[in-house]
Parts: sequence; C-alpha cells; structure tokens
Amino acid sequence: MEAGNFHHALKIREDLCIGCSHCMNVCPTEAIRVKNGKSVLFADRCVDCGECFRVCPVSAIIIDHDDFNYIFDYKYRVALVPAVFTGQFPEDISLRQIHSVMLDLGFTHIYEVENGVEILAESINEYTTVHRDIKPLISSFCPAIVRLIQVKFPALVDNIIRLQPPLDISAAFLKKEMLAQGIPSEEIGIFYVTPCAAKIAAIKDPVGESSSHITGVINMDFLFNKVFRQVKQKNNQSCAVPLSGKLSGKATCWALTNGEARHVQGRCLAIDEIHNVIEFLERIENEEITDIDFLELRACDESCAGGVLTTSNRFLTVERLRNHADLYREENEPLHPDAFRKISSEKEYLKNRITIDPIKPRSILKLDENMAEAMKKMEKVNRIMLLLPMVDCGICGAPSCQALAQDIAQGEAGIQQCIFIQKIMEQKGEMSLEDSVEVMRSIWGFGKTNKYRDIKGI
Amino acid sequence: MMHFEFHVEGGNFLKAGAASSQLKKILKQLNVDPKTIKRVVVAMYEAEVNIVAHAYKGDIYIDIDTKKIEITLIDEGPGIPDIDLAMKQGFSTASSVVREMGFGAGMGLPNIKNNSDELTITSEVNKGTTVKFATYLNQ
Repeated sequence: MEAGNFHHALKIREDLCIGCSHCMNVCPTEAIRVKNGKSVLFADRCVDCGECFRVCPVSAIIIDHDDFNYIFDYKYRVALVPAVFTGQFPEDISLRQIHSVMLDLGFTHIYEVENGVEILAESINEYTTVHRDIKPLISSFCPAIVRLIQVKFPALVDNIIRLQPPLDISAAFLKKEMLAQGIPSEEIGIFYVTPCAAKIAAIKDPVGESSSHITGVINMDFLFNKVFRQVKQKNNQSCAVPLSGKLSGKATCWALTNGEARHVQGRCLAIDEIHNVIEFLERIENEEITDIDFLELRACDESCAGGVLTTSNRFLTVERLRNHADLYREENEPLHPDAFRKISSEKEYLKNRITIDPIKPRSILKLDENMAEAMKKMEKVNRIMLLLPMVDCGICGAPSCQALAQDIAQGEAGIQQCIFIQKIMEQKGEMSLEDSVEVMRSIWGFGKTNKYRDIKGI
Repeated sequence: MMHFEFHVEGGNFLKAGAASSQLKKILKQLNVDPKTIKRVVVAMYEAEVNIVAHAYKGDIYIDIDTKKIEITLIDEGPGIPDIDLAMKQGFSTASSVVREMGFGAGMGLPNIKNNSDELTITSEVNKGTTVKFATYLNQ
C-alpha cells in the first residue's frame, strides 16, 4: 500500500494499545491491522470517521487536539462553537452560563459555527439550480463523508457540492470582522470546538481548500468537562456577557439529521451513520437510484449530535436543540451592541469566497496503478481466496480473508498468518511448531501467546 | 485476460444488481477509469435486471483485458419478438408488478446501447435472449 501524507486526527497510542482488534473489526474502510500485538493504521485508507475511537476498551485511540494553553498565545481568543456543544448541557444550564464560564476560562469572544448557515443555505439552492444536471448533488458538510467518497466512491467526487461548510464561512467572517476592528492578524486566534476527529483532519489538511482560517482545535469532550465543572461549582445564575446573536431555528438544527435536506429544493434525502451511507452510495454508484436531487450524508448516527467527542446522549442533544429552535423568534433576539454584526452584513464578501476547488479521487481499492499489474494481483488474490477458510476470524491480524488475500498480493502479509493454513502446514510437516508460534507472536505479540500455564485446574 | 461468471435468478429482485456490484468492485480494483466503470456498470445493471424481470434464469460471462471489457448475458426466457421495437425508448413489456418495483420503464436496452461501444442482441421467442456488449478502455 502506498504511503500517504494525509493528516489524521486519530492516533493509536502504542503504549496503551492491547491489540484486542476491536477497532480493526469495525473500521468501515478496513484501514487497521494488528501487528506485534498493536493496532496499525493504513493512513491512506483512514477517513477519520472515529468508529475505532468509539470501540476501543482502553482509550488507546486518541484524537489529537491542540493544548488548551495554546489559546493564550493570542491576544484575541475566539471560541468557535457548534450548536451541539450547547446541546451537551442539561436544560437548566443556560447559554449565558455556558458562555460566561467560557469567557472565565480565557476566551475573549464566543461565536456559534452555524451562523454561517445563513450564507450557505442560499448558496446551496443557487448551486443546485445551476448544477441540476448532476444527480444527486452530495453535501460537503461532513468531512468524513467527503473522504469516504474520495477513497471508496471515486466516481462520485464530482457530485460533491463545491461549497464551504458553515465552519469555514463563519471563520472567514470572524477574521474579516476582527481585522476591520483594527486587530492585527497575528493577534487573532480562532479555536474550533470539535465534536469529531474528521473536522480536525479537515482543518489541518483541507480538501478543496488551500488553507483554513482556524488557528487551533479543542476537543468537545475536553471543553465540556472544563465548563460543566465550573458551572457546577460557581452556580452563577446572573451574568451579563455580550452574546452574539442567537442562532435561528434553521441554523440551530443544521448539523442534526435532516438539518440541511429540509431546506434544499427538490427531492432531498438525509442519511446518517457511515454504514447506511456506504450502502446507499453503492446503489447511487450503480445508478439503481437516479432521481434524487440532493443528499445529506453524515458519518455519525444522529449526525453531529452523535459525534465521537460528544458526552451527552445523542437523542437528548437532538431534543434540546429542537426545543431551542422551536423557541426562537427573531423579533425577541435584539443584537447586543458589543456582539459581532449579523453575518448577512458580509454576504457578498462571503459568497464570493464560498466555492472550493474540485475534489480529487484517491481510490484505495485499486490493486495497482497499472491495469495489467492489477490483473496479475487480482488473479493472485483469487488463487489465495480459494485456500482461505472464509470465516473472517481476524486471527491473521487482518479484518477479513479478503483483506488478508489482498495484503499478501501486495507483499504486506504472508499466507502462513492464516491459522487454518498453519494447522495444515504443521500436519504436513511443512512448518515447525516453533515457527507457527513465532508467526502468532509477530501478529499478537508475546503477552497473548504466552498466557498458557496449566489448564488442568480450570 | 480475466474471466468471470455469474448466475442470475429470474424473478428475484432482492438479488437484482448483485452481479453488477461485483463487477464494479472488480473494475475498481483493476484501476479502471471511474467514468468507464460507471458506463460499464450501468449497462450491466440494466441487462442484469432485464433477466430478473423477464427471464427464468440466466448466466453472465465477463472477459476483461487491458483493451476492453466484454460482457455476454445468456438467458432462458420468453425471448424478444421484435428487437427493433424493444430498442425504442419507453417500450416495455414488463408486468405492472415489476413496474411498481421501479423497474420496467422501457429504458433498459436503449440504456445498454448508450453505455457501450458494441452491442448485439439475438433472441429466439420462447427460448431466450443473448445480449452481448463491449466497452473499450483508454479511448
């Protein structure tokens, strides 16, 4: 497999990993193998969906964010928070309390990501009108989905809507507003509070954009703990803080399932959870489903409310945000004089910059660049498959017999890694017992292959 | 040159498209250009669904080399009495049940023609139909 230069927020901590293979078995792109008792990531296959992070029993998979004290490198420190962050807190804790604690923690400004929706919603409908010949158009909102399409559905990259997500629009607005206030660029730090790993990867290694306005990223679970603790300790009910304008109902629910689809014209469908998305994209790719205009696809169940870095139950988060949206009345929300202006005041500026570059396919499925070579490798895979037991037990350190066969054809694994093959080779005298134990150790490490002491007393 | 074979059951819409999905996977692994894959798979899907919708059973034979992809679908079924008529867009003999499932819009054969570089159809009434089409690579 070719070495990739892709930034991943997901990292496996070798010192903590116990090589239990849970992550390997749930990875939707088969990006993980077990070697020497530790999980190993194929960087070019990973789409940062975070499924591995969810199942790791020892928290050995981490999402690499910036050190919190990094914010103090900047004189002006903006927390760019998504609406689902507010949704993490119980209903009796107000937006004001949350924001005032965040200011206590060191931020100088707080701005909600979904403000960018006011610009984006209009642009999406313009885009779908101009590009109505492309069916379906696919939202660029979820970075894990954009990457999934790049690696697994390369024929569909041109279906992805080439518009920035709300995050980038809001960041561009903040930067412009603060520069206009006479603040030097180097004194502005914009910190995004992320509900998932994919957003971090999208910021550190953007697809279709040359750079990002976002200075750093803070994991949502980390900030939630910090803020919730302070709210509990201080119990300050009354606190006057300059709030930015409240999000509209549409903006509040944008990151939830059906948040986008219900505001786009034509036949629209919203699909969440990565396996559901994969199943649907297979059908789209075969043109079994043809007359859908717009697809909202999200990697997490219940979309961002189910992000891997959220703490609250995703269904409760959705309920809270929907309640907030229902209660919103524009006329009841006067803008505080110290708050940022409405984002619509820079509509033209932002819309002129909203388009992203074409998204390039980078297929992980091809066995070789050269078709003749790929055919040779495929024939080899097919020959190997005839020998494998097809039980997908994972003892070989690969997630399936098919994955092992491909690894062997690519020269990255040996057929004796298969436990069934080992037994037969031992029986035929083609492999010594010592060699077979050695192979097991090379996959699962010394610990797991050295547990046997005395089974008589069991 | 690589050869693949698939069997198709008539009337089983649960499995309609399974062979096409397999072919798509193979072509992706062989690093065939995505646009070519799309054409081949769309043509193959139409032809595969035709067998499911109209015939009793059928077999699909696929030959792939670096120059072209050749697909032959041989079915046992009612056959097509007038191939020229069946090639017209919108013409369909599919039953209302089949149409309710979203198939049988009469786009099948024309769609195969549009998505292939060579197409020959031979048919014998009450015996079956053979659809053979090819798509060239790197052209």
